[in-house]
Amino acid sequence: MKGLKTYFYMEGDRVAKAVDGVDFYIDRGETLALVGESGSGKSITSLSVMRLIPEPPGKILEGSIKLDGKELLSLSDGEMRKVRGNDMGMIFQEPMTSLNPVFTIGNQIAETLIKHKKMTKKQAYKKAVELLKIVGFARAEDIVNEYPHQLSGGMRQRAMIAIAMSCDPKLLIADEPTTALDVTIQAQILDLMIDMKEKFDSSILLITHDLGVVAEVADRVMVMYGGQIVEEARADELFTDPQHPYTRGLLGSIPNIDADVERLESIKGQVPPAHRFPQGCRFAPRCEHAMDICRESNPELLETKSKHKVRCYLYEPLSGEGGQSHGTTSREAIRSTKS
Amino acid sequence: MHKYIIRRVLQFIPMLFLVTVLVFGLAKAAPGDVLSGEMLDPNIPHEVLEQRREALGLNDPIHIQYWNWLSAVAQGDLGTSMQYANRPVMDLIQARVMNTVYLAIFSLVVTLAVAIPIGIYSAQRKYSLFDYGATTFAFLGLATPNFFAGLLAIWLLSFQFGWFPAQGTTSAVGLSGFELFVDKLRHLVLPGFTLGLASTAVYMRYMRTEILEIKGSDFIRTAHAKGLTKNSVLYKHTLRNALIPIITLLGFEFGFLLSGAVITEAVFNYPGIGTLFLNSISNRDYPVIMAINLILAVTILLGNLLADIFYAVVDPRIRYD
Repeated sequence: MKGLKTYFYMEGDRVAKAVDGVDFYIDRGETLALVGESGSGKSITSLSVMRLIPEPPGKILEGSIKLDGKELLSLSDGEMRKVRGNDMGMIFQEPMTSLNPVFTIGNQIAETLIKHKKMTKKQAYKKAVELLKIVGFARAEDIVNEYPHQLSGGMRQRAMIAIAMSCDPKLLIADEPTTALDVTIQAQILDLMIDMKEKFDSSILLITHDLGVVAEVADRVMVMYGGQIVEEARADELFTDPQHPYTRGLLGSIPNIDADVERLESIKGQVPPAHRFPQGCRFAPRCEHAMDICRESNPELLETKSKHKVRCYLYEPLSGEGGQSHGTTSREAIRSTKS
Repeated sequence: MHKYIIRRVLQFIPMLFLVTVLVFGLAKAAPGDVLSGEMLDPNIPHEVLEQRREALGLNDPIHIQYWNWLSAVAQGDLGTSMQYANRPVMDLIQARVMNTVYLAIFSLVVTLAVAIPIGIYSAQRKYSLFDYGATTFAFLGLATPNFFAGLLAIWLLSFQFGWFPAQGTTSAVGLSGFELFVDKLRHLVLPGFTLGLASTAVYMRYMRTEILEIKGSDFIRTAHAKGLTKNSVLYKHTLRNALIPIITLLGFEFGFLLSGAVITEAVFNYPGIGTLFLNSISNRDYPVIMAINLILAVTILLGNLLADIFYAVVDPRIRYD
């Protein structure tokens, strides 16, 4: 994905820049996590990949989304429908409401297979039973004939995964797949997703605000704030050496079982609404390290360490990176103020 | 599923019993009785009337009277009419009931055939000119009383343009076969549309609102994410859910059609149950009033029973609760 901009046009000529210039790539077999607070634009990013943005009011303004070299943004609606559910599967936050209540689970899985794989009804139902077994249903033969309300939340999410994986997609997009589930079920669903990814040789784009989930499954992490990526790093690196003050804030707000603290750290303030971003760095109003330059212009996302990019003036880009310099304050300066 | 239906039918029985009590009670609570009219006749001495009351069982305790009436009704004896020279009520009703049934069916078919497609189309093009037009029509339809719409239809479509006959069920005697069918159908047009006007408005609005609401739900987003075609999302996933509340409405529709028919039939001088009911009320013909009340109530109960069963067919969540 390159330079994606998805804006929403609201009443009174206001424009919500929900996604404002996002670039990323996902390798085959990789799990990329997109992390951020509510309103940071992460769900809109994922819906943009599927081209499921309600239009109007939303619109993918510019950018490029390529899947295996195929440009998705120039496809017709009909061609895009052949990609959705076939090359890309998606699961959502609310398993309780994401399945149609009036059709059987089997019907809802088979439907995708009939559409994309041109199977007969009989073949599709047989495949549906197989898929349900793969996602861990012991009584798959019964489940195909059951309705969503007969299943628990975790089971419904499994069924959603079965639907998403039914056509052997190259990419599985999971938008907060475990947020609505019990903690124990969360772990099972995450394991299942990783398992599926390996079995079907696909990749995962995981949208979440839960850094615990990220630590568990992600290979690489992108932190999103105000419609832009503010930091990108390998998962282990991000946890050991977070750079952007926002990322540090997020990590600081996770309770630590070993540390004895009176009160959890929190990031003061709220994500600014997407139609009223500040002029400079979008995090500047909440940032305790904000300098004058931060309020004037928005820094670029630059590589400061190998495979580690940050959008912040506190860091020097690696030598050889052209263009903008990120001020003079060293990384150590922010470390000392933080800990 | 079978359990559900059996349970629902069992619930129907006490309701039916209550209805008979109400129908009987209301008739008894109204002032006067079968002989009240004759009390004004000075030639009949008071004692004679009293004797006849005694003979008819009108002086019996109320529960005995109720029991006698109920057992007669159960055997198909609805009593005799007073205004129509002691003809059995059953005959009077049988002679007219089919006319009302035709009217109701015609009206229902027209209502659904007009309201559902327009509702769907309106929802697809929210805030378009068509949508505003349909909304305006819906509010007009709801705000216009039956009798006024009927008179307007007669004046415009019958008197001014002469397209459709304004009253009765047939215009000529001696028609048969297909010609008779067409003639009857033409007579149904004006009362049928008049009777269905308000319902059409209601169904249209319901359909539009339901579709718009369901369109925004999570499972529709899932359906799109599966790559289904627009038509498949609309006609399979959305419509099936949108029809659920329509079915509830249909349950009430039976009663609504029959009670609406009372006014509509009167306006169009259409010989059905409705006109009979109206005449009986003005003539204090209690046996007929009771019989029609009972028929209306039972029809409404049956309508609800059918709706509940059909509901379960469409919505799997109901079957197992």
